[in-house]
Amino acid sequence: MKTLITEVYSGFVSLLTGMRITLTQFFRPGVTVHYPRQTLKMPDRYRGHIIFKEHEGNDKSTCVACDLCAKACPSDCIQVDGEKKEGDRRKSVNLFLLDFTKCSLCGACIEVCPVDALDYSKAYNLASTSKQEYHVVDLVKKFDDKHRKEAASQ
Amino acid sequence: MSEVLRLLFFLAGTSAFVGLNAAYIVWIERKGAGRFQRRAGPTEVGYAGLLQPIADVAKLLSKQIIVPPGSDRTLFRLAPVVMMIPAMMCFAVLPFSESLVPLRINVGLLMIFAFSAFNVIAMMVAGWSSRNKYAIISAARVVSQNVAYEIPILLVVITIVMITQTLDLSELVRQQTGWFWHWNFFKVWVNPLMPVTFVIFFICMLAETNRAPFDMAEAESELVAGAFTEYAGMGFGVFFMAEYANILIGCSVATILFFGGWGSPVPFIPSGVWWFLIKLYLLIFTVIWVRWTFPRTQFYGLLNLSWKVLIPVSLFTLLLTSVLIKIF
Repeated sequence: MKTLITEVYSGFVSLLTGMRITLTQFFRPGVTVHYPRQTLKMPDRYRGHIIFKEHEGNDKSTCVACDLCAKACPSDCIQVDGEKKEGDRRKSVNLFLLDFTKCSLCGACIEVCPVDALDYSKAYNLASTSKQEYHVVDLVKKFDDKHRKEAASQ
Repeated sequence: MSEVLRLLFFLAGTSAFVGLNAAYIVWIERKGAGRFQRRAGPTEVGYAGLLQPIADVAKLLSKQIIVPPGSDRTLFRLAPVVMMIPAMMCFAVLPFSESLVPLRINVGLLMIFAFSAFNVIAMMVAGWSSRNKYAIISAARVVSQNVAYEIPILLVVITIVMITQTLDLSELVRQQTGWFWHWNFFKVWVNPLMPVTFVIFFICMLAETNRAPFDMAEAESELVAGAFTEYAGMGFGVFFMAEYANILIGCSVATILFFGGWGSPVPFIPSGVWWFLIKLYLLIFTVIWVRWTFPRTQFYGLLNLSWKVLIPVSLFTLLLTSVLIKIF
């Protein structure tokens, strides 16, 4: 009888403790991100598909189309081409295509780049209605589009 | 003529009250569940998801009602009606305020408990007629659960009736007007176990309305949706609404029995329907709070709680009350 009463009493107290805990959580701010409306900032070491790196005060890529990244790529998914423009000291890139369906994000291209032109992007919302979009990721176009958008917004 | 008008007003009023409350208690529940789990709950339809219940009802209304082959067609169609109508009828005797009483009868309490017992039959009929093994298991659980919990809840009500000497809900409230220590919940000089009595009533009410942590009848992880498994569209919608209507009734009765109904807790603030609604919604919030705090009990735990704890304790409070009434 006595054990029953103490059991019921301690059980009831533990129920109240549980309710107190949930109520304190009730008044704290939420911890979720409202996904399509808000997105998380990706951490520095996140590996998205490669893009041309931004360099301060330079709206052109530093890529010299040396083809080292394409040679280093174990999946053979990079295609680079460049030309030497009049008056320039070195070549500049005019074609850089990445077949993202093959890319394993190993980063060999970034390691090998002599002019530090490549970087991982932070893009993770990768979805498309056509496969083609990931067969051919045009880095030059992405870089130019970004700069054009930035120029337009300024 | 006036009696007919009164009836029409009652029907329109209670339908609107029950419908809106059922819809928006669902919204409060989903928002509350979100808050308790530190997320947002519905946000997309309307401001803060306020139109979500309306969108849900529209979806349910537009769905086809499928009667499963091999089921008992008549009973299958009858079950939601048997669930909803008694729930609506209970509102006939609920006194919202001194003047806002749909029907004045002196056995209101008895009528509410008589009609709220119907939902067991409805769930059983629904489970039986669906011809679905989950539904049958659910029906069996509902019956044993409700039989177990009907006893302590009635013992508690008898305790209250012994103190107040009336079954008239308006009279029950009138006896508790004045300062808040006149509420039955605080009447510890009549019976020192009065708060315990309320706790028993509240637990039984949760079990009677099949709310978590006692929602054995529709334990999603075990029984799909229990007795409602085979119901589509508004068949399910009516059950869902009736469930919330039952919570509304249970909380209203708790308000009237223990917290002085429409009476103000302090005499210098006027009493009125607002006090009734404030107390009612605080209790409903507690029901939601309980649901999102405790995990579902085991079925044996549920029956053990009733037969081994609640019934002996409520019998003891009944005995104690009668002895104390006799002495003083």
